[in-house]
Amino acid sequence: MISEPSGLDLRSEADRLISAGSEELASLRLAELWRNEASASAAAFLVSRYEQLRGKLPLVCYRLAILRSFTVEPVLPLLRADAFVHGIDLTVQLGDFNAYAQEILDPDSSLYRFAPDAVILAARTADLAPDLWHEYPDLALEAVPAVVRRVSNSFRQWVRAFRERSSAALVVHSLELPARPGMGLLDAQENKGQSAAIQQINQELRQIASEHCGVYALDYDGLVARYGRLHWHDERKWLIARMPIAADHLVYLAREWLRFLVPLAGKTAKVLVTDLDNTLWGGVIGEDGMTGIKLGPEYPGAAYQNLQRAMLDLARRGILLAICSKNNLEDAMEALENHPGMLLTPKHFAAVRIDWNDKAQNLREIAAELNVGMEALAFLDDNPVERQQVRSALPEVTIVDLPEDPQAYAAAVRDCPVFERLSLSSEDSQRTTLYAVRRKRSQTEQAFQSKEDFFRYLEQEAEVLPVSPATLARVAQLTQKTNQFNLTTQRHTEQQIADMAARPGWQVLSIKVRDRFGDHGLVGVAITRDQAETCEIETFLLSCRVIGRTVETALLSHVAQGAVARGRQRLAGRFSPTRKNAPARDFYARHGFQLLEENRDGSVWTLDLRHHTIATPAWIRLKTAEGEHN
Amino acid sequence: MTSSILDQVRSIASDLFGVPVDRIVAESSPEMIEAWDSTQHLNFVLALEEKFGLQLSPEEMEQMRNVGEAARLVETKLQKASR
Repeated sequence: MISEPSGLDLRSEADRLISAGSEELASLRLAELWRNEASASAAAFLVSRYEQLRGKLPLVCYRLAILRSFTVEPVLPLLRADAFVHGIDLTVQLGDFNAYAQEILDPDSSLYRFAPDAVILAARTADLAPDLWHEYPDLALEAVPAVVRRVSNSFRQWVRAFRERSSAALVVHSLELPARPGMGLLDAQENKGQSAAIQQINQELRQIASEHCGVYALDYDGLVARYGRLHWHDERKWLIARMPIAADHLVYLAREWLRFLVPLAGKTAKVLVTDLDNTLWGGVIGEDGMTGIKLGPEYPGAAYQNLQRAMLDLARRGILLAICSKNNLEDAMEALENHPGMLLTPKHFAAVRIDWNDKAQNLREIAAELNVGMEALAFLDDNPVERQQVRSALPEVTIVDLPEDPQAYAAAVRDCPVFERLSLSSEDSQRTTLYAVRRKRSQTEQAFQSKEDFFRYLEQEAEVLPVSPATLARVAQLTQKTNQFNLTTQRHTEQQIADMAARPGWQVLSIKVRDRFGDHGLVGVAITRDQAETCEIETFLLSCRVIGRTVETALLSHVAQGAVARGRQRLAGRFSPTRKNAPARDFYARHGFQLLEENRDGSVWTLDLRHHTIATPAWIRLKTAEGEHN
Repeated sequence: MTSSILDQVRSIASDLFGVPVDRIVAESSPEMIEAWDSTQHLNFVLALEEKFGLQLSPEEMEQMRNVGEAARLVETKLQKASR
């Protein structure tokens, strides 16, 4: 069934589908071509074809500026092709060679005029710190700390200046170590060598990144080392074209950049749904039994343990795990619960479908059960036929492409950019526990006569607080990831949130919720702006975890009370429909707002605060900065 | 020259220069293909290096004045490497 069409076939088929107007199918073919052949020539083809499909596919537009000290032009088609395959339409602007300092420092530079969403600063060690590179042996030992300080201070100054001028994300390449240090073996013998000095600058760079929102270090030296320092370079290309990287390694730089751009553009997966047989363990549990399946610390079972370890790491990043497998439930549960080689246990899985149903249908059910959209799912299965069926039935789902060799499974999962996160909130690291608690709660919910009875039983406590440095990352994350209960679906970076909170007349509020089953953490955001007598609601959203429990009413009541306290006479808000936010559609109507106008882009609502109040639901105890209500 | 290497080089040129593969022949050169400028020449060289797992010197890059010469060069280098 799965035939291997050649690259030429895929090209002509993609072209045929484009002229036939089947954009989604054409896009699947292009992605397949890219999976088979991530080459410069395939990249050029993909970019030209995706450019024809613009506007016909749900692509996220993203603007990237690259500041550099070397030729990166040949990397761009590879980067843009890879980005297109991940649903991102990338517009790239390149800075002039070695002009990065001026571009960052001059507020009127072409960098800022371009209004990028993200900026990559890619400079070679030899350009930033020539004295630590070729000239190192001439450098007096006492002079080394001054050089380290000079380079670190430049980074610090650039990052600060950039942050004052732009709220875009900034990704800074760390400095690469020499393949052959000037002093040979001696370099490794003491703490003051050439490599040590460069590493010290890199450590400073990490520190600088951690001190600024939206600034990230790219471990360029780690990247070069991963693919082999001596293979990475092509000295001749450097000399004739300022291109230091070997042709067959350019794609790895493109992929490393994309690992940042995928989470920055919000194209991440929230759930990894895995198959069992020949994926989590070797063999088929229904046939090979507990003693026959391969799973343990030695060959060949170690490959599967390594995959499980990679999945545990994803869980620590806040990615939920789920099972979708064709098996007898008892056989599979026996292995999940009792096999000594299992690192994952039933409690690690937020949703489980072990039956003989169609996998696409099971994936839909898992998404519904976890209250996420289909695009939040990633699917892991050793069987290419299942993968292909899911890919055709559910094009929004990310398919993790497992190689044939199980030894390489763990790396395939770890390399998948949809699982990258650029910051972690405490909610992220506890998410698996939170969902286990939630499963228990929905079982309880079914036992109540009325919704109100259930709400009372929940004993919800909510706390509304202005955004603080501690909650900034989570608030920004919610604006970027919340799709369903989101009235305006405005995406904001941490820096933008911080800017809004600092502006006079603006309020950035967050709500935390806990109930008798546990703590949900920070689950809602309201951003308002006072304009004359009106308090305008710019953003109002709620994590899917607490939809349908009147938490939104509690948050809105606080917003209304605050507006009254500041002397406003009206609340006004907008609802902008998206493909996902139907759960929020009747929010304003339900709370007594009047419809002012409605068109294709949405509706505008207002509430007269002189004649209307919004009460906090009786079953929610609301704590605020000003004190406790109810 | 085996046709397969020429065909592979033609198909790379087709992708990079945005010209249908059946309109690319051994004689196709920068003079005949509008998109084949100096930037694209570097991309073409890099794509050949990547595809065939070899490195071309600056002198060899200059020798590649059309698609046929590029294919011949690749073939010679591959033969040398396999000896």
